[in-house]
Amino acid sequence: MLNIMEVHETNQMIEQEKLDVRTITMGINLLDCACDDVDALCANIYKKITSYAAHLVSTGEAIEREYGIPIVNKRISVTPIALVGARACKSTDDFVKVIHALDEAARAVGVNFLGGYSALVGKSMTPAEELLIRSIPQALAETERVCASVNVGSTKTGINMDAVKLMGEVVRATAEATADSDSLGCAKLVVFCNAPDDNPFMAGAFHGVTEGDAVINVGVSGPGVVKAALETARGENFEVLCETIKKTAFKITRVGQLVAQEASRRLGVPFGIIDLSLAPTPAVGDSVGEILEEIGLEQVGAPGTTAALAMLNDQVKKGGVMASSYVGGLSGAFIPVSEDKNMIDAAADGCLTIEKLEAMTCVCSVGLDMIAIPGDTTASTIAGIIADEAAIGMVNQKTTAVRVIPVIGKGVGETAEFGGLLGYAPIMPVNTKSCEAFVNRGGRIPAPIHSFKN
Amino acid sequence: MDKAIITVVGKDTVGIIARVCTYLSDRNVNVLDISQTILDGFFNMMMIVDVSAAREEFGTLAEELEALGERIGVRIRCQKEDIFTTMHRV
Repeated sequence: MLNIMEVHETNQMIEQEKLDVRTITMGINLLDCACDDVDALCANIYKKITSYAAHLVSTGEAIEREYGIPIVNKRISVTPIALVGARACKSTDDFVKVIHALDEAARAVGVNFLGGYSALVGKSMTPAEELLIRSIPQALAETERVCASVNVGSTKTGINMDAVKLMGEVVRATAEATADSDSLGCAKLVVFCNAPDDNPFMAGAFHGVTEGDAVINVGVSGPGVVKAALETARGENFEVLCETIKKTAFKITRVGQLVAQEASRRLGVPFGIIDLSLAPTPAVGDSVGEILEEIGLEQVGAPGTTAALAMLNDQVKKGGVMASSYVGGLSGAFIPVSEDKNMIDAAADGCLTIEKLEAMTCVCSVGLDMIAIPGDTTASTIAGIIADEAAIGMVNQKTTAVRVIPVIGKGVGETAEFGGLLGYAPIMPVNTKSCEAFVNRGGRIPAPIHSFKN
Repeated sequence: MDKAIITVVGKDTVGIIARVCTYLSDRNVNVLDISQTILDGFFNMMMIVDVSAAREEFGTLAEELEALGERIGVRIRCQKEDIFTTMHRV
């Protein structure tokens, strides 16, 4: 039988250490909405999303109430729209009509974000995919809740450098289109390499074509719980440290598994995966940077940061896989600068640089995430950053991503404000030496030798 | 059986258990076990209850108990047992 100490520990995690389930994300397949006419397509999409997800938010709230665990976000991911709209959309304006339908559907069912305004162009682009990518700046400027993502490479296909170049321009154009809100549009746009089909976290969530008609994926969180557990292991060796992280990750993941099963049962939608990610928020005590500092760094970004993060990421996975039979998505530690109090401070102090963050992305999910850069950063430099990050993903057979925000009208030393979970960020300096000749070459970087496993 | 855990945390005063139990008995919720201790200087009580024959929806019970706690000046939570067993039992 349960004892009072165990019950106290769980409630302490929830109340003091900000344990929560970060998101219940319902994946919805929209391929059966495809048709010849864009208005009919929009109507089909709206109808399917609002019927499948009608009870998503209320079910999430009921689970929150009954188990006493906060479920911060209820969200939706859909089939990449470049595929769904390939037949009906003949112009960028047609794709913009579709994103408005998605935005209205998200508003109607009460979810704060819907992901899947996406194109998977790891090898090359279809005409529809190129249209969707070119529509992104206008699409994100005119809508509120829809997130866009573009996969530009994979270990199996190499890197589509034409798409990388185009995305450099699109990120910049999106920043300009949303310049009056500190280029917030870029916070809703992710460029991936090796994008997973079942990621429940925004802004990169989409419902992959390998998925069924609908699925429930759950993202757990809990940096504060890991931090609190590590306080008990101060001065101990790595073995004790690793055991502490594993045990904590196990407990956190079990809560996610319970919530996922309940949501799946109540909604009548199959359970997909648990994403074991330590996802920070800008709140005090909910920071991955703080965990790294608790492990023994004066400030995140100091020498040792990459090793500490590698160990943290590995232990989180080792503890988590025992707690759930189906682990997927990104699963690791997130390092979104603007969403993590200690990373914000380290970036503002100059201790954490983009180059160090790039090294950190080699050992954790996902990539250069929520990093504000000067508004005068050129499209080719952004493309160079994307190419570097994609290369890390391609060679290391892992997901990497870039979500940088060139804040129009602001420079190093100033701060961008995004609000809410997206937080705020000091603008970080970027190496301004040109890579224009490199990104302008055109074509594709071939798949690496170790991808030939057949 | 449909078990839930009720926890009461706060400053110890006369009649906390009595008022919680009266509320539960009025709604046909059976108390299976009670334990209490002092943790971090606060009165902590845990009840294991069976809500399978309760006359209220579970969500309503949780909300009303929370409101009762506010009137007494303590924090009362009512949660389904699974969240604790899944976390602490392999």
